[in-house]
Amino acid sequence: MRGRRKLGRGVAVVGAGMSKFGMYSDKDSKYLFAEAFHEMLSTVDKGIDPKDIDALYLGNFTNDFFVHQGHWGPIISDLLGLTPKPATRTEGACASSALAFREGVFAIASEFYDMVLVGGVEEMSKRNTEEVTQGLAMAASPYEVRAGFTFPGVFGAIATAYFAKYGASREHLMNVTIKSHNNARLNPKAQFNVSIRDIMNQRIEKAKSKGGPVPAWKDEKEFLRDAGANPVVAWPMHLYDCCPISDGASCVLLVAEKMAKNFSDNPLYVVGIGQGSGKGLHAKEDLTYFEATRYAAKEAYELSGLKPKDVQIAEVHDCFSIAEILHIEDLGFFKPGEGYKAVEEGLTRLDGSKPINTSGGLKCKGHPVGATGTGQIVEIWKQLRGEAGERQVPIKNLRIGATQSLGGTGGTCTLTILERR
Amino acid sequence: MEVRPFNDISYERFVSEDKLMGSKCRKCGALSVPPRPICIKCHGSEMEWVEMKGKGKLAAFTCVAIGPPFMIKEGYDRKHPYVSGVVELEEGAKVVARIEGIDATKPEAIRIGAPLKIEFLHRGEGENSTTFLAFRPS
Repeated sequence: MRGRRKLGRGVAVVGAGMSKFGMYSDKDSKYLFAEAFHEMLSTVDKGIDPKDIDALYLGNFTNDFFVHQGHWGPIISDLLGLTPKPATRTEGACASSALAFREGVFAIASEFYDMVLVGGVEEMSKRNTEEVTQGLAMAASPYEVRAGFTFPGVFGAIATAYFAKYGASREHLMNVTIKSHNNARLNPKAQFNVSIRDIMNQRIEKAKSKGGPVPAWKDEKEFLRDAGANPVVAWPMHLYDCCPISDGASCVLLVAEKMAKNFSDNPLYVVGIGQGSGKGLHAKEDLTYFEATRYAAKEAYELSGLKPKDVQIAEVHDCFSIAEILHIEDLGFFKPGEGYKAVEEGLTRLDGSKPINTSGGLKCKGHPVGATGTGQIVEIWKQLRGEAGERQVPIKNLRIGATQSLGGTGGTCTLTILERR
Repeated sequence: MEVRPFNDISYERFVSEDKLMGSKCRKCGALSVPPRPICIKCHGSEMEWVEMKGKGKLAAFTCVAIGPPFMIKEGYDRKHPYVSGVVELEEGAKVVARIEGIDATKPEAIRIGAPLKIEFLHRGEGENSTTFLAFRPS
């Protein structure tokens, strides 16, 4: 059953690109956006003239604070040679470019524009960890900060509530981390494109060459249990439960559905979009789900007429390992309290029945916050078009993919559903 | 008593006077801690202050090894982590607070649902003085 909301006309994705996410001392965010833009242009099968782009929507969270420069819309518009076309910045903390995507969809659906560039950019690594922590805390509630909560701390607390309610443990979070690394190993754009096993072997080789004691980890979980290798950040969140500090950019080209085939042999159609807002940690009725994600999901499913089981593959906002488990439950892929079991059974692996975060997720692909939302779209673009290389999921007739973003501690959540026809 | 606006400044002032105060909607009775100028249940705007008894139980927690600058200044670090938690008050509302008197190096021993009582932590002197809301096992 379709809900009461609908798009005025269809919108399609005809190009998608991203920079490699990572920590760069020699590249600034403008340069990274230029890389993403070039790659996006190269993915438009029949090509476009950038002069035909009607407007830019750009997601960015912290450049004012980290780069001491605001007003990034026109800066990027000028960089790409798009002036005097309008450029608008969107801010939704870690979901900033998911909002840019949504605004772009509305702008085309309303028939105001035919072709819109949406993307995101963030530059974080040139600041020290203390400054980054302070900057990101701008997205938390002031009460949480005063009580000593950090971002890992908020998600740590959510994890303890989830553990107590459903009987899960740290061991289950490790399954998420191991899977993310296994996927990222196959993604050359990932910040950490290595498996946990690769990291263990590197450490063992290093210890051998130095002549020191050689670690004797039996498997990945033993490595992750080792407090020396995987120190606690905010219990139960350890280093390998947390996404890194990253620089990066990503962008996607949207056009009116009726024009899609003029540009692309294989466009993706925007069939569902949803967005919700949520309360601070203290005001949540239940700490084990995000009301904003559930609302966004309901909106997107109603608009698309699709059900959770119809979504074959998804990128979700795993800023922390526990978040991935909550999201796959909130999106209806698994029942509340059963997400951790699904991960344990391997259902969310690349070769599972519901592959999640084939890119390696925020944990391993990296999380340049403003670039993450459209970065997730880039992965779904590749998978649905069969262009994901070594990490291509083996699902036959892969048609429906989704991306879910979360800003702050659940204040802004979105779900986008894309279809290949 | 003077009528204080239902906002964060008033809330913090009360905390500095060792009081945990919330707002109660005069129309529907909904309780908010910290206070709200608009009731999120009925959208009423007539509020009254109510003081919490200061008893509750632990709903969620974390043991923070890498804290913000003001906690590092108090001497907390990787070797000396601290506990932050979500506390469900007897009155039904939840608050976020520091949790004292619990060993943050033994998180496995911390029990969700543990009974807690309120404590106000006074830090700094004169103009730099602040009061933090905290709870400890009762």
